[in-house]
Formats: sequence, C-alpha cells, structure tokens
Amino acid sequence: MATIKINEISKDELLWQIEYNSDRCTLCGKCVAACPFNAIEASVEKRRKVINEDSTPAPKVKFQTVPVIKQNINIKNFCRGCGICEKVCPNESIKPVRNTDEKFAMKVRAYTGDSYKRGGRNNLHTMPRALDKIKIGRISQMTDPSLDAQRHTFEMLAPFGRVLPPEQLPLTELNGQLELSKNLPPVRWIYPIILGDMSIGALSGRMWEALAIATAYMNEELGIPIRMCSGEGGMPVRLMKSRYLKYMILQIASGHFGWNRIINTMPEMTEDPAGILIKIGQGAKPGDGGLLQAKKVARHIQEIRGVPKADLLSPPNHQGLYSIEESVQKMFLSMNAAFKFRVPVAIKVSASVTSISVYNNLLRDPYNIVGGFFLDGIFGGTGAAHEISLNHTGHPILSKLRDCYLAAVHQGKQGQIPLWAAGGLGMNGNLAADAFKMMCLGANGVFTGKLLLQIAGCVGNDHGKCNACNTGLCPVGICTQNPVLVKRLDIDKVAENIVNYFIATDQEIKKLMAPIGNSSLPIGRSDALVTIDSSIAEKLQIQYAC
Amino acid sequence: MCRIGAIKSRKYIHPSKALLLMRSQQKGHDNSGFAMVMQDLGGIFKDYKELPILSMACTDEGLNIADNILAEEGFVRAMQWSPETNPDPKLIIENMPHYIFQVLQYPKAFKYASRQEKEELLVNTRLRLRKALEVDEEGYVYSFWPDVITLKEIGDPKDIGTYFGLWEESENFTAKIITAQCRQNTNYDIVRYAAHPFFLQGYTSLVNGENTFYERNKLFQQSLFDGYIGFESDSQCFLYTLHYLNKVLKWPLNYYKHTITPLPHEEITQRHDKTVLLKIKESLTHLEINGPNTIIGVLPDGTLFTCCDSKKLRPVVIGYTDDTVVITSEVTGINEILPERNWENDIYPHERETVVINNDLRVEQWQQ
Repeated sequence: MATIKINEISKDELLWQIEYNSDRCTLCGKCVAACPFNAIEASVEKRRKVINEDSTPAPKVKFQTVPVIKQNINIKNFCRGCGICEKVCPNESIKPVRNTDEKFAMKVRAYTGDSYKRGGRNNLHTMPRALDKIKIGRISQMTDPSLDAQRHTFEMLAPFGRVLPPEQLPLTELNGQLELSKNLPPVRWIYPIILGDMSIGALSGRMWEALAIATAYMNEELGIPIRMCSGEGGMPVRLMKSRYLKYMILQIASGHFGWNRIINTMPEMTEDPAGILIKIGQGAKPGDGGLLQAKKVARHIQEIRGVPKADLLSPPNHQGLYSIEESVQKMFLSMNAAFKFRVPVAIKVSASVTSISVYNNLLRDPYNIVGGFFLDGIFGGTGAAHEISLNHTGHPILSKLRDCYLAAVHQGKQGQIPLWAAGGLGMNGNLAADAFKMMCLGANGVFTGKLLLQIAGCVGNDHGKCNACNTGLCPVGICTQNPVLVKRLDIDKVAENIVNYFIATDQEIKKLMAPIGNSSLPIGRSDALVTIDSSIAEKLQIQYAC
Repeated sequence: MCRIGAIKSRKYIHPSKALLLMRSQQKGHDNSGFAMVMQDLGGIFKDYKELPILSMACTDEGLNIADNILAEEGFVRAMQWSPETNPDPKLIIENMPHYIFQVLQYPKAFKYASRQEKEELLVNTRLRLRKALEVDEEGYVYSFWPDVITLKEIGDPKDIGTYFGLWEESENFTAKIITAQCRQNTNYDIVRYAAHPFFLQGYTSLVNGENTFYERNKLFQQSLFDGYIGFESDSQCFLYTLHYLNKVLKWPLNYYKHTITPLPHEEITQRHDKTVLLKIKESLTHLEINGPNTIIGVLPDGTLFTCCDSKKLRPVVIGYTDDTVVITSEVTGINEILPERNWENDIYPHERETVVINNDLRVEQWQQ
C-alpha cells in the first residue's frame, strides 16, 4: 500500500487550484513570469502515451517527459486566484479555479502558530447589503415638480470644519446689515465625496500619485471641488510645496508616520492643506493599528515616512490619549494650532457600539475645534490585517451613521460637527446611490477608498480573490512597492478612469436629486427613502414599503 | 397649488375683501376651508390694542377648560365677542359650537412685567390651552396675542363666509392687515391647525407649495423654541424660521431670504458680505427650503413681505393703490378688489427678490 504524507499541505486544501491545459499551452512562459506569488512554475511531467509508428496497427507504449506549468503547493507560494496568469496567457490554457473545499487559513494557523493575514475586506459578507434594500421612494410628481437633471443647476457642496450654531455667531447689526466681529473656525465647502485615506506605502507611489493627479484635475479642470486624504504615511515634499496642497487632507494616525517631513516642510508651504484628519480607527480592522510589512517599506517609503526598513506597526491607540476630552484638548488643539487655526481638523473612528457616546461628547466641543466626525464601517478595505479582525470585528455603517445623526438632532446640534461616513460604499460598483442614501440618512458627505482601487484595476474581490495587499506583491501594481510590479500600473490611465468615474458619479447623484426636487444636497432627508425591510425601516426610522 | 393672499391698507378693511380676493382664484381644492389672520384691528377691538386677544373655536367643555386655565393663570376678561352665526343645513361647513374672541387683561402679577415676560406668558398659556383642549378634541386655540384675531374653519369658503356673516361689510369687524387662504390641508388628514395663515408672537405666514426640506427643517426647529410645535403642515416651518431669525436671533428681515434660499456658493464668494453670508449658510443649512414655494409674511410691526423659492416655481403678484397693497397668488384676485389700480405697477417678484411693504405702504423690492 502506498504511503502518503497526510500532514503536508495538499492541493485540495488550497484556496485556488490552477487549471492547466497542456494541449493548448505553447510554453511561452508568460504566466510564470507574470505570477508575482511564484504560485506556478515550469516543470516536467512523465506522460504515458500509446503510439503507432507502422502503417498497420502496432500500438506501442511510450513514456515521454513533457514540459508543463505546475502549481506550487506550500503555504508561502500559494495561488491567490488573482487570475494574472489567465490574463497573460495567449491561448486560454491556464486559470485559477476556486476550491470550495479549501482549508487553507486553518492549515496556515496550524503550521505556523501565527494568525492568518491578508488584505481586502470582510469576506464573510454573504448577505445582501442593507443599503440595497433602500430605495429613493419620494419622487416628486405634481405637488412639487421634479427638476431636470441636465438643465437645472445643482449645488453639491458639503462642510468640512466646525459649524457654529447661529446664536454663537459674533454678529452685530449695522444699518440693517450683519457684520462679523471676529474670526471663526474655518469651514471648507467641498465635494461630498472624499477620496479615502490610503497611504503611500499601503499603496504604490504610482497609485497614490494617480489619485493625487485625478484630484487636482477634477478641481482645476472640471470644477469638482473634491478632496483627497493622504492616509497615514506623509506626502511627497514636492506636493506639499505646491499649490495642489490645498486639495489634500493630511492624516495623522497613531504612528505619526510622515509628520516629521510635514512639519519640516511647513515653512515652505505656499498653501494651507484642505484639512487635517486625525485617525483613531478604521472600519476594516477596528481597534487595530496600521500594519505595513517590511517588504513594502521600500527606499522611498523610508524617506517619506522617516523610518528604517522594518515592519511598521501603528499602535492601536494614540499614545497618551485616554479620553475624548483629552483628545480634544491635546490632538485637536495642537493640530489646529499647527496651522494657526486656519485649517479644519476632523477625526476618524471605526463605527462602533460606542460611536454615539463619542459623537455626543464631541458635539459638546467647548473649544469649537472639532471640524468633522468620520465614521468608517465594517466593509471598509485595508492593505493588511489579521483575518480575524477583518472578518469578525466591526460595525455596519448604516445604522451607526443614522444613530449619530439622530443623537445630534436630539441635542439640537445637527450639522455643527459634520458627519462623514464610509465603509463599503460603492461595493456594488455604484457610489452615487450609496452616497445619496447616506446623505438622506444624515451624512454630510462620504469617503471612499477601496472602490478607487477597483477602478484602478484591483483584481481582488470580497470572496477571497487575490486579497494579497499585505504581501507587497500586488499583481497589478496598486499595493506594492516592487519596482517591476508597479510598472504594470499606468498612472495616467488610472487617473483618467477615476476622473471619468467621478464625472459619471456627479451625473448620477444629480439624477437622484432631480426626481426628489432638490437642487442642494438632501442631508437628513430620510423622508425621501423607503425600504422593503421592516426591521431596517424601524431601525433607521424611514418608511416601510412593500 | 394653494392660493394665498394678503391685504394691507391705510384704512380699516372688512374680511369680505379677503373672501373676494381669494374666491376669484379658487380652483381644485381651493374650496375646502377658510382661514384668516387679522392684525392691527379696528371696529370693536380698536380700543384694546395693548391687550391680548384669544382666538379659539371650541365645544362647551372646551370653553370650561379654557376659562379655568385662564383664571388659574390670572387673566381677567375685558371683552368677549363672538361672531353672529347663520346656521343653515345647506351650508357646507364643519362648524364648532363656539367661536370665541376674548380680550383679556394680563394677570396682576404681570403689572410691572417686561414685554418679554408678557410675551412668554402668552405663548406658554396658549400652548397650555392647546394641550388641554387637544386631549378630547374640545377645541382649537389659534392665537393669543394683542391686536390679532384668527379664524379657521373647514368647509366651502363661500358658505363659511355666509355662516359667519362675513360677506356683509361691517365697521365693527375690521383690520388693516388681513391674510387669508381658502383651503384646508388636502394632502393629508384635514386638521384645523394645518390651515394657513400660521401665527406666532406677532409673526404671520402663509405659504403655498411643498416644503421638500420639511423633515430637516422640522428636526432642527423643534429644539429651538417651545412654540415651534405642531408641524401639522410642512408650511409651519416657514413661520418658525421667520420667527427664529427675526425674533430670537434679532436679525433683520433681509436675511430671511438668505437663510431659506441661500445664494449659490460661487456667487456668495464674489460678494463683499461673503463672510456673513457663508456663516449664515453654514449655521442655518437645516433651515434651507428647496421646494416650490411662495411665502407671504407679516412682522409684528405690521411690515408685509413676500418672496419665493430659489427656482421660482410658484407664482405671486403684488398690486397696489395709494392706500392698499395686495399680495396674492394670481392677479385675478387683485383685479377683483383693486380694479382701478395702475396695472403697470404690478410686481411679479423674481426668485432673488423680497418685496416689502412698510407701514406707510411704501413698496420696496430687495434684491438678495
């Protein structure tokens, strides 16, 4: 009886299995060269073949050694299902096939004694999204005519900054005109979608640059006042000294990566940044700090962040901040002071059961320095995380956003600290509808990250495809610093695709504003929404319809 | 579309003028009710300018409840007038048993009270009355304020006029400002409180069209002032915003238009007063309206004004003579009561305009 090695990983346990057709393969080698994970390699197989060399039947058995492409079977060079081999194959002779019987992550834990890590999103998402069960149901008909999405003018601007209640405005009347008697907290009116905070490091320099180019283009050429958040990882000095800085929101997170250079560059800045975003947590891995593995800390990343080549772990918490009051006093004050109170400072947290308490506290902001509350839900993406965090921690964004808005309403303070929400928006490919519904539920605006990567060419999905952002081997050059892989990404094309996507999104938002008869954003217009799910209706306080 | 109208005159005018103004514009559902607010009163109320007048429709029990509350608060009746009614089963009217217009003396404890204290007392008493009468639907309190009376009823405006004898001019029942509408709420349940004009602390407003930002207006307003209640009609929001700006924040009237229909951001940034306008837009974004509306308003000092939504999706016209100004939805109404005016002077305000009529009947057109 033959022996087998039960305790070694085998092909039937892998996430993906390579389906290879040697009859079609021309052995060009493109797939092997293109696979960044070394999941396949050139190999040989012994083949038994029955042949006939005579003119009359005289079958002979012949053994041949034929060159083939073979899947590697180990826990390091395993196939992620990215499909790059299939993309490059001229003959459709190779492709990854999902293995529904896989046990891979379990095996990795068992072999390495380490938690399983990957990038992407929560992959346990199998239920339809609550957002998709909500429709824009209050369509103007005869009582209040619908507008014309093409011909009417629409104002699509959202506040970023601390909005004071009217009774606190230092207004004095002079000859029937009101005048302001002192300076007030800065508020910027920007497009209601912010390009999400993804750092240089998590992203390749090319990907990040393409986002920055798209941002500048939309502002300067299209008049779409969109802003981009740097992510925690600093920014190129050239950009900080340029006029384009005004379109950038600088992020500071618990690792403070990149801030040394930001501070040193301040005297040379010719424009103020659009804002500062203090990141406390993110939706994809709440309560967990950032994780940039050493293999992604390339030379230029070391320079921008001011760090050596090593695993870069942002602590799960900002050191020294133990309460909301402290954060307001220390971080908010120092960040406001850094730019002499000219730049709005906002905060981003993971959506959590406690979000309302945090928001309630911030709303009582005694110093008028909290310029925005960013809430990030469970379906946000990440470059790298422990899978257990990705799959099993977090809070859906929808009800949390609504709860926070209604908490503000309860205090009579809605709009004073603008609410921005994210976490899986645009997951179904349409950001406009998601953004619109979030605004109706009380968000002043939304932010988006993962969607941008998908527009750029990310091949991953939420069903275990690719999800290799953590490896530094992104097969499409988005989440890697590998000089060969990043060249796969065409910066200009990515920027163009993102710009086009937002032109379409802008149109689509108008196509939703027009039927409800609004020419300005429908913040808090929950009366415009209906849902076919009574439990969603009850939770979000919107109309149930069937 | 509701038709709305307002008349302001140097002379005391009778409510029959308001009925005439509205009747000629009547279309569709514009025959489901009649409501009016009379301010700066003449006739039998002329000598009671400083004393609050309670306008109420109620049952016998409602009257008892109200009397008890007023007595408990310390109000003493100075004069009471009820219109003579002409009941006739053929009339289309859902009448209440009593229509009370009661002039009251302030409680003794308020003899030396400030004006603000008295104003608060009146609002709080009205809210208390309303709450008590609401329990078993024993009555409706429309206004409790000096020099103001309000009448609202469900039915055919012509018949309501007949029922209250409003078709016959009388010097006893007149005012210098009358605002009126010939319609009840038709989109939802008919509730007497939902009929325009709405009144609060000297401020009156009538609005037509849908308030598409009703939800956000309401959620914001309900925590601003005790008197911002009811919201039976989405148009009450327009009154509350007017009251909030002018009375609570003490901002001049020209900022009303800037609040409800703020200028586009780009235009604001070109103006010399951009810092103020931007802050107003930011802070009061929840008071913006975004629907098709025309608003007619009256301030406590008697100033009458009108303005539209920013897309001007509802019409309004102003016609005037030397002693009378009329603002209404359609010019037919003005033709009815001011046929001799110079039609060339009629004003059809545009979407950026507020037309203001001062007490000396000067008509001003303010540009936003």
